[in-house]
Amino acid sequence: MTTTTEKTGRVPEPRAGDASGTPLLEVRDLHVEFHTRDGVAKAVNGVNYSVNAGETLAVLGESGSGKSVTAQAIMGILDMPPGKIPQGEILFKGQDMLKMSAEERRKIRGSKIAMIFQDALSSLNPVLSVGYQLGEMFRVHQGLSKKDAKAKAVELMDRVRIPAAKQRVGDYPHQFSGGMRQRIMIAMALALEPDLIIADEPTTALDVTVQAQVMDLLAELQREFNMGLILITHDLGVVADVADKIAVMYAGRIVETAPVKELYARPAHPYTRGLLDSIPRLDQKGQELYAIKGLPPNLLRIPAGCAFNPRCPRAEDLCRTESPALHAVTERDGTALPGRGSACHFWKETIHG
Amino acid sequence: MADSAKNDKAVAADADTDVTPNVSEVEVSEASTTAEVEAVLDAPVERGEPILQVRNLVKHFPLTQGILFKKQIGAVKAVDGVSFDLYQGETLGIVGESGCGKSTVAKLLMMLETATSGEIFYKGQDITKLSGRALKAVRRNIQMVFQDPYTSLNPRMTVGDIIGEPFEIHPEAAPKGDRRQRVRELLDVVGLNPEYINRYPHQFSGGQRQRIGIARGLALNPEVIICDEPVSALDVSVQAQVVNLMEKLQDEFNLSYIFIAHDLSIVRHISDRVGVMYLGKMAEIGSDSEIYDHPTHPYTQALLSAVPVPDPAASAARDRIILTGDVPSPANPPSGCRFRTRCWKAQDKCAEEVPLLAVPEVFAGRKTPAAHESACHFAEERQVVPAA
Amino acid sequence: MPEKTSPEASRSTVAVAAGGAAELTEATVKKADQNKPRSLGQDAWRELRRSPLFWISSVLLLLFIVMAIAPGVFTDADPRQADLRGHYLSPPNWSHLFQADWFGYNQQGQSVYARTVHGARASIIVGICVTVAVTVFGGLVGMLAGYFGGWLDTLLSRITDIFFGIPLLLGGLVTLQAFTHRTVWTVVLGLTLFGWMQIARVMRGAVITQKEADFVTAARALGAGTGRILFRHILPNALGPVIVVATIALGGYISTEATLSYLGIGLQDPVISWGVDISDAQKNLRDAPHTLLVPATFLSLTVLAFILLGDAVRDALDPKLR
Repeated sequence: MTTTTEKTGRVPEPRAGDASGTPLLEVRDLHVEFHTRDGVAKAVNGVNYSVNAGETLAVLGESGSGKSVTAQAIMGILDMPPGKIPQGEILFKGQDMLKMSAEERRKIRGSKIAMIFQDALSSLNPVLSVGYQLGEMFRVHQGLSKKDAKAKAVELMDRVRIPAAKQRVGDYPHQFSGGMRQRIMIAMALALEPDLIIADEPTTALDVTVQAQVMDLLAELQREFNMGLILITHDLGVVADVADKIAVMYAGRIVETAPVKELYARPAHPYTRGLLDSIPRLDQKGQELYAIKGLPPNLLRIPAGCAFNPRCPRAEDLCRTESPALHAVTERDGTALPGRGSACHFWKETIHG
Repeated sequence: MADSAKNDKAVAADADTDVTPNVSEVEVSEASTTAEVEAVLDAPVERGEPILQVRNLVKHFPLTQGILFKKQIGAVKAVDGVSFDLYQGETLGIVGESGCGKSTVAKLLMMLETATSGEIFYKGQDITKLSGRALKAVRRNIQMVFQDPYTSLNPRMTVGDIIGEPFEIHPEAAPKGDRRQRVRELLDVVGLNPEYINRYPHQFSGGQRQRIGIARGLALNPEVIICDEPVSALDVSVQAQVVNLMEKLQDEFNLSYIFIAHDLSIVRHISDRVGVMYLGKMAEIGSDSEIYDHPTHPYTQALLSAVPVPDPAASAARDRIILTGDVPSPANPPSGCRFRTRCWKAQDKCAEEVPLLAVPEVFAGRKTPAAHESACHFAEERQVVPAA
Repeated sequence: MPEKTSPEASRSTVAVAAGGAAELTEATVKKADQNKPRSLGQDAWRELRRSPLFWISSVLLLLFIVMAIAPGVFTDADPRQADLRGHYLSPPNWSHLFQADWFGYNQQGQSVYARTVHGARASIIVGICVTVAVTVFGGLVGMLAGYFGGWLDTLLSRITDIFFGIPLLLGGLVTLQAFTHRTVWTVVLGLTLFGWMQIARVMRGAVITQKEADFVTAARALGAGTGRILFRHILPNALGPVIVVATIALGGYISTEATLSYLGIGLQDPVISWGVDISDAQKNLRDAPHTLLVPATFLSLTVLAFILLGDAVRDALDPKLR
């Protein structure tokens, strides 16, 4: 499959996928809307991104940016209705999952694509032991016996470094701490050695010292199994350490894509720049913080033109009428910057000052 | 008068109680009648003088068993001997992970929970012993901003009623006819349209709601505001707006803040001094530069090194300390130093002897930023946040 | 229902006090009619207006309530006038709408239509009065238990449990047995005595939930007293589920009254009630089923209307939809 440059201007991938050149997962022009009593909320409005095996894509955005909805659409766990996917493709190894039967999708979910949620406590069943829940994956998908499944569960718990796994396999979720529960979630996601893991705010509910442990574990396991990882987060800090590339979302669109180091060094979209400027620094005491004015848009009434225009310091008339495509970002002299894109009419001014 | 700073009685009763030899002595007020107490509470405090002094504050929540006849089987030691001063006009940040007791400290300072032992002196008056009118006078002066802007406003009341409620509870604060006008002014001060006075909370976004919460806190012209995670529920782009607003209000109204948060970057940004809590005790306290650039307690060092930094270059250059294990249960904390179970420096002494919150001997008398209070037997400086 | 955007809503920015920390753009307001204050109650009303269930039940209830207040609107016939000569168990004349013989006559030659119309009053009074009494009493018990907790909660909850063990019908039966002369009010007393527990439990649960809410803590931090916290903050927020349960229970009280009357232990002549009529009609069930079916249909329609209303109100109050 060749990557065609459409109107939205998809940006060439920074890294090649497997031999055939097909990315592990590719989302094309995805739209998701929710029909509510107040009207149609357009949660995702034409998202394109792709992940290769062994690669980490961070999807960064605030609440309502559509980052989690996109992930739910990929997993096929969107509530429909009220949700609806009027347009778009989700290609897993080149196959459009939106065209598959429910049964085919169910087979992919869990065994090929797994998801880790923010709140481990509510994602685990409180009345079943952790070992039973881990073993369930093997019993259902691989038809293992109870005893073998339990042995596999212990092995998994060891792998995510839960101390005394053998003794704790019969414990219930509430008997574990937050960090340990998140490890169990990771173990569950890993159980069938999937090709892709989607982690939705995996460390947001955890304390900083535990956050670091869990992120390290996730990164290490990803390397070990050569999995693709989509990391959904609102925290610019968490992303910096682990991601290869970043997609920044705003009002259901990707406003900027870039390899991780370049995004922080030279943002090419005013929203990204504003976000970076508005976080206080640990290593210095600033004066007044830069604040992006206004509030995130209401998805029922996304502003015309560029959705960010009412809050943008750079907005001009053009921004209020015309929605910017994702432009390929280049150096001042026109040298291509692979993997970089910005959905801003004035990306040149933003990146080159 | 002076010896009340050290709670001798408590020390004798419980060896675990933190003794902080070098916090300033409290000038205890000698007011006895309600009128005298009220006069003390309303007296102005010079900038830089202590306004709120906490001494050996303890809060144990009993663990009980049985339905009809409850039997105490233990206690969650949420706060276990905490002492600090808040100076007029400053912001004292309190950081720590969940379960360290920082929110319980906020509730104790607000008199929303009754302290198991210890004192809270507001202008030299121990407010844990007050009740009735005198306590109400304290409430006028110490207010709170809550974490969750979605649950801290009554959904059945209009914004005008929410911000005006302090005046109904304290009618002396504003004459009846002026109240509506005062509410409009307060809305304006926090950056909301005064015309919004008749709206209901659910018509606002999270950031706007937090502004309403701040306006309510400001209504009675308090001197101290306790902020319990005031921005952690907000979006990143809105956090900065609220932090800036709080800094502006501090200057405008001459407020003193206690700013409780788990986000170390925001705490550094807003605080003049920072206290680090671990498992119900204060591990280290000092100025923002002393804590962030010259931490001496291993927990502070680990905490700082774990904070994700939104800058891949700085992040790579960092000295990362990854702690093993989880925070122990506050119902059954480790003996001696509470951090020893996760500390890479722990020795026998740490299990036997509770380290006091004091300037470590190695640094005592030296003029170095490392010479600040740190509750560690083996305190040593270690820079974990590379200088910008 | 689209409402016109008021001129203020289009004002793009809001001036902010000096310092310029933020500028709030109106582009982000949630709805065009956001400028109007909308309480949760008004929102629930908007939701209710769209519910067909609500309209069906409201029309039915309105009909029955008018019937209870002014039966003369529906019929001129005297429900007590007996004419055995001409009308003994005569069948309905379906074409004689709103006339005395519309639904035929009963064993005593009384107009079934007139008796059924007049019977509404007893049923509706019993239903509404029991519900009000139960809500006040049960609500109070639940509120005290939930708010103060501790030994008071233990005591009140155990008493509630004990009463829960006694079926409403059995309790009412035993209580009313003690009265030889029974009116609407004795029935109300009997049903209230054994009907308050469910409300008490619902109220207790709602109060406990609200007691922990941050806005209650905020009020305490301001120095608010118990009365203000209970009645200004907790009660308005705890009332929703209680109203729903009470509305649905109202139908149940009406049918219990009818059951008691049917058993001959509820209302007595000369009070006209659906239950009394149903009881009388059973003797002639085979010869004149209309004497039973007409009051029975009215009874079940009334009960159904209250249950439907309760359902509609619950849906409107459900915060998950927002």
